[in-house]
Amino acid sequence: MSEYWNDVFGGTKSLLVGLGITGRQFFKPVVTEQYPWSVPDIPSRFRGHIELIKNEKTGAPNCAVCGMCMRACPSGCITVAGKKPEGKKKKVLTKYQLDFTKCSLCGSCIENCKFNAIQFSSDYNLASTKKEDYVFDLLKRLEEQS
Amino acid sequence: MDTSIWRPIFYLIGFMAFAGVNAAWLGWAERKGAGHIQRRNGPKEVGPFGLWQPLADGIKLMTKQLVIPRGTDDILFRIAPILAMIPALTSMVVIPFSDTVQARPIDLSVLLIFALASIGMIAILLGGWASGNKYALISAARVVSQSIAYEIPMLVTVITIVMITGSMNLQDIAMNQQGGFWHWNIFRLEHGYFIYMWISFFLYFTCSVAETNRAPFDMAEAESELVAGYMTEYGSMGFGLFMMGEYLNIVVGACLTTILFLGGWDGPLGLFPGIWWFLIKVYILIFTIIWIRWTYPRTQIYKLLNLSWKILIPFSLVNLLVTAAFIKVF
Repeated sequence: MSEYWNDVFGGTKSLLVGLGITGRQFFKPVVTEQYPWSVPDIPSRFRGHIELIKNEKTGAPNCAVCGMCMRACPSGCITVAGKKPEGKKKKVLTKYQLDFTKCSLCGSCIENCKFNAIQFSSDYNLASTKKEDYVFDLLKRLEEQS
Repeated sequence: MDTSIWRPIFYLIGFMAFAGVNAAWLGWAERKGAGHIQRRNGPKEVGPFGLWQPLADGIKLMTKQLVIPRGTDDILFRIAPILAMIPALTSMVVIPFSDTVQARPIDLSVLLIFALASIGMIAILLGGWASGNKYALISAARVVSQSIAYEIPMLVTVITIVMITGSMNLQDIAMNQQGGFWHWNIFRLEHGYFIYMWISFFLYFTCSVAETNRAPFDMAEAESELVAGYMTEYGSMGFGLFMMGEYLNIVVGACLTTILFLGGWDGPLGLFPGIWWFLIKVYILIFTIIWIRWTYPRTQIYKLLNLSWKILIPFSLVNLLVTAAFIKVF
């Protein structure tokens, strides 16, 4: 018989405690992020696809076309090309193509870069229905950004 | 009494509008309440605070094709959703919203309302049976056993109120509780009813939640076990009518609880009695029902029946005896 009364009173008490918890939650602020209208803060160590870094002074890319990133990439997704303008010693970047369909964001290219020329971007809005959209021309992207 | 034709017509339009607005927007309130309890937003895109969401849902449901699967009992399959709506709508006729706002003050209105509530159960039974679907059939069987189990304590508790008031007329029951919260049946000072009447309020409220097939007692549409129960084969407005019927039953249940226990249209301190107090109490109760739904997980069918037969029925019978003793002794 005591078990019966324990069930009745204990059960009622636990039900009221439950109601109290949801009642408190009801008045707390909403935590859902309304995605397209409010964009999340991207953490500084977020790994998006790579992007070129431009020189603060000249505005040109830091890249010296050494090709280390191209060689370091295990999937071979980077294609770098450059040419030497007449009368200059250093090469100038003419093409920096990233095939993002193969990239696994391992970061070997960034580790191997001696000129601080590439970094992870914070792009994540990359949905597309065409495969070609994932072959990025990073040089063009850098020009568009500035 | 004024016997002109306009009176029934105005009441018909008024109560139908009240019922329709409630049936539509309680769905919105439910989703909004569920959202905030889970710290989400709930509907917010369609109109301010998502208020036009019920209209969008209604248009969507009405434009869908009415599919009647092969192997169903055609006529019953069509009748069942309508039958789910009608008793709830009809109950509105006898509910006194205030001392002047009532369509028909029938002497046996308590009896009428509970009779109609049982017809709502028959609608679910028919819908489940006519579907020719095993889940729907199990659900229909559950509804009947649940309904019988919970009508007994509910009616026994209502009898205590009828004994206290000496009338089965909802109007009289509410009139008997006028003049401040110490006259309401739940806290009634005279004869010392306040000592135990809150228990019978809880009994009655639990039963009314179970009677309207609301969570945690929604055994009829236990998604995890029975797909959608008796609604499995229903699409478009057939489903819509079942949903509207469910929400109307909640409104009727909350109205009855207000009249039987919470003093009807009487203000807490006896000030400004009127329809506004009635509506405030009804919506607080409806909010509580929504709150309960989003707090508790669903029970199991045998626990549900155990709760009724082992706890609620003994308690309500003792409650009846105690009331009789209080009336005689004090």
